[in-house]
Order: sequence, then C-alpha cells, then structure tokens
Amino acid sequence: MDRAETSARIAALIEPFNKKGIEVADATRFTDDLEFDSLTVMDFVAAIEDEFDIIISMNQQAEIENFGQLVDAVVKLKG
Amino acid sequence: MSDTTDLFSKFDPLIKMRSDLLATGVTDPFGLVMERVISPTVAMCNGRETILLGTYNYMGMTFDPDVIAAGKQALDDFGSGTTGSRVLNGTYAGHKAVEEALCDFYDMKHAMVFSTGYQANLGIISTIAGKGDYIVLDIDSHASIWDGCKMGDAEVVPFKHNDIEAMEKRLKRIPEGAGKLVVLEGVYSMLGDIAPLKEMIAVAKKYGAMVLVDEAHSMGFIGPNGRGVAEEQGCLDDVDFVIGTFSKSVGTVGGFCVSNHPKFEIMRLVCRPYVFTASLPPSVVATATTSIRKLMTAAEKRAHLWDSSRTLHKGLTDAGFQLGTTEPQSAIISVIMPDLERGAMMWEALLREGLYVNLARPPATPANMTLLRCSLCAEHSAEQVQQIIGMFTRAGQAVSII
Repeated sequence: MDRAETSARIAALIEPFNKKGIEVADATRFTDDLEFDSLTVMDFVAAIEDEFDIIISMNQQAEIENFGQLVDAVVKLKG
Repeated sequence: MSDTTDLFSKFDPLIKMRSDLLATGVTDPFGLVMERVISPTVAMCNGRETILLGTYNYMGMTFDPDVIAAGKQALDDFGSGTTGSRVLNGTYAGHKAVEEALCDFYDMKHAMVFSTGYQANLGIISTIAGKGDYIVLDIDSHASIWDGCKMGDAEVVPFKHNDIEAMEKRLKRIPEGAGKLVVLEGVYSMLGDIAPLKEMIAVAKKYGAMVLVDEAHSMGFIGPNGRGVAEEQGCLDDVDFVIGTFSKSVGTVGGFCVSNHPKFEIMRLVCRPYVFTASLPPSVVATATTSIRKLMTAAEKRAHLWDSSRTLHKGLTDAGFQLGTTEPQSAIISVIMPDLERGAMMWEALLREGLYVNLARPPATPANMTLLRCSLCAEHSAEQVQQIIGMFTRAGQAVSII
C-alpha cells in the first residue's frame, strides 16, 4: 500500500476527532494542534488499528507526534 | 552561564488548578487529617466526629481484637522492623506464615508478599512480561498496573474499558509466537463496577495469553470464600496470577501475588521491587495473617456488607444522585459530580455534615469525571447507612446538585 493512499485513509479517520476542523498535513501534531486528550487518542488509535488490522502499541505511540509520523508508522507496520 | 530551567514549571497547570480551587474558599480535599480514629467507621476530623465512608476498609478488620493482639505480640517477640530484604535478612517466621495464610485463603500453591500492593503490580507485571512480549490491558487500569507496564520492556496495548471485543481484536493481531499477558481487575475502584472476567478470561485463553487479575477491591468480600470476582464468576482456576493488597479488606499494609504456576518461586530472585526493598514489619505480617484467616469464615460480614451496599445505592439513587453503576456491583458506590468545583463543594458540605468520602478527579478518573467515591465497611451499621443517606441528601440540596 503506498503512502498517499495510507495518508488519505488516515486523514478520513481523523475527521470525526478533528473538532476544530484543523487542516491536516504531515506536520500537524496530535496533542498540540488537534488537541487530542488521552481518551481521544485511545479511540483514534483503535480506529486506525481496526482500519488497517494492525497493533500500534503505546511504546510505538510514544514515538508518534504528528500526522506524517503516523502515516510512516502505519506504512511500515503494513509492510 | 545559562539560566536554570526550573524543573517544576511542568507542574504549573496543576498548581494553578489547585490554587484556583482553594481560592473559592473550599477546604483542601487532599489535606484532611484524622486526629483520632475511634473505629473502622468513625474518626475525629477537624475536632468533629465523622463517619468514614472512604477508607477501603471493607471488612472492618483494623480494630479487630484478635488482629490487634497478634500485632502487639509480634512487636514484643520480633521487634519493630526487619531492616532487610526478603531475600537477605528480612524473612521472619511471620512472613512465611502470612504467605501460608494466603495459599490457604486462595487455595493456591504459591504466594509472594510485597511491601505494598503498588509494588506487587509493579514487580510482577514488569518482571513476567519482557522484551518482545505483549501486555494487553484495560484502559481504566490502576496506576500501579500502568507503572508496572512502563517499568518493563514489553509492548503495551490497552483496550476500551470492559470491552471484550476490543480486547479480542488486539489479541488476534499480536504476532505469532509472542508472549501475551492480559491484565484485568475484578473491581474497578473509580466507578465500583466489576469486569466480565469469565468471558474475558475465556477469550484470553483462546489466544494463548496468561492472565493476571488484580482483586484488590474484592478480596474478603466478593465470592463465596471472599476470593474475589473471579471466584464469584467461577473462573479463578483460569487466572494465572492474582494480585491483592493488605491495605483494604485485610486492614494493614502490604501486597501479594498468588499463583499455581510451577516456576513461580523464581520470582523471588528476579523481581526487583521484591528484592530491593525492606520487608514488612513483623507486626504488620502478624496482623495480616490473623486478619486473612478470619476473613476465610466471614460469610456473615460479607452478607451484611452486601445489604449495606444495596441500601446505600438505592437510597442515593432515590435521592436523585447519578451513580457510577446502575446496580450495586461492589462495596464502592461512586457518585458522579457535575464538575470539580461543585464536587469539592459537595465534599466539603459532607464533611460539615460529619461524613468523609473520597474526592476523585482527573486524571485518576475515567472520562475526566469528578467523583465522590464511597466505600462501605462491613462494620457500618444499618443505622449509619441511613444517616449517610440523610447527610448526602442535605448536602446535595445545599450545593444544588439534586
């Protein structure tokens, strides 16, 4: 699966959590820009995991701060 | 010369939240001092006799005459402390005796006692799940479970509270051959709800996971023999590790893990929070042993505590309060407050009425709720429970919550 397609699918999954309608780009940060709290993170991660049938452990989540890093991580996890 | 970065600046938001709260004039809910403790259910607070409804002293063992006598005897016979690790000079006859009492209580082969319940979770979880293993745990797990995960090297995968399907999806995706540990609690202490352990453990076993259940808030009370929610639901045999504490129903301090795992004893050499700390004082293990043995036959107390839980739950529901569970599921009745400020006002109004409960606030609470957490004691009389309902009703009206 290529990066552009993964990026588009993740962007679609962010929509319901993007309460302020922030424009999402690779540099968009989940905590600082999208203002995700821990509960939102859990629901959002669950949505990504279900969509791609992967596990993103908390250890891996700790390394992911922005949208671009998440897309890269998912691409890598999907192999 | 560069300026010093104040390492405390990260606490500024919390310092502000706290000073804003205190500026409203409320008594500091986290600064209560009990001047004198009269019984498991009554203490003097601010010079006033106060009913205790937030102590986790579920079985009221703290003033049991046999328990007190055992502690005094051990102080005389063995001194005030061991000054040593369990694996060096800190194992006395009393430490072996309390582990035997736990084996008898749970009908399990192995028991290992830690200096606190916090250390029991910290030690067992961080030690048994290592690099490349996966810990699958409920998102509402206690801080000691999270800290155990953080201290170890395993991959940590949380799932939505009590959600069997969410748990199964995560177990299914774990790479083949990886070690798996599912961590659950019998009673979740914030809302006082229980886990569907029977179903969850069946799923965990289907995927070849080992199961650890923290029964801190159910020991002594839930289940025919007080062994906890897993016993109540008939699945204790499928639990690999039960974690518990002496600081609730047992009425002192300490933590433990019981297990039937054939290699369990090696934990005593590899579990750092067990090895690198001093063992419990002789008086503490003596009181714990006596208390645990008495809890084995405390069926009448358990029945009375269930009666109190049902009465309080119904009384508060009828008064118009919103509770954490629609049915009483444990000895914890959690009252949901609209926000922290009114929660603190209500907490203070109750204290003025002569009632102490726990104020719980984010981040310790699920979904950022502010809770007034009530934990009942088997020593609360039916009359005290009625008094408590009256106090809640008056306080709730005074601060316009009901």
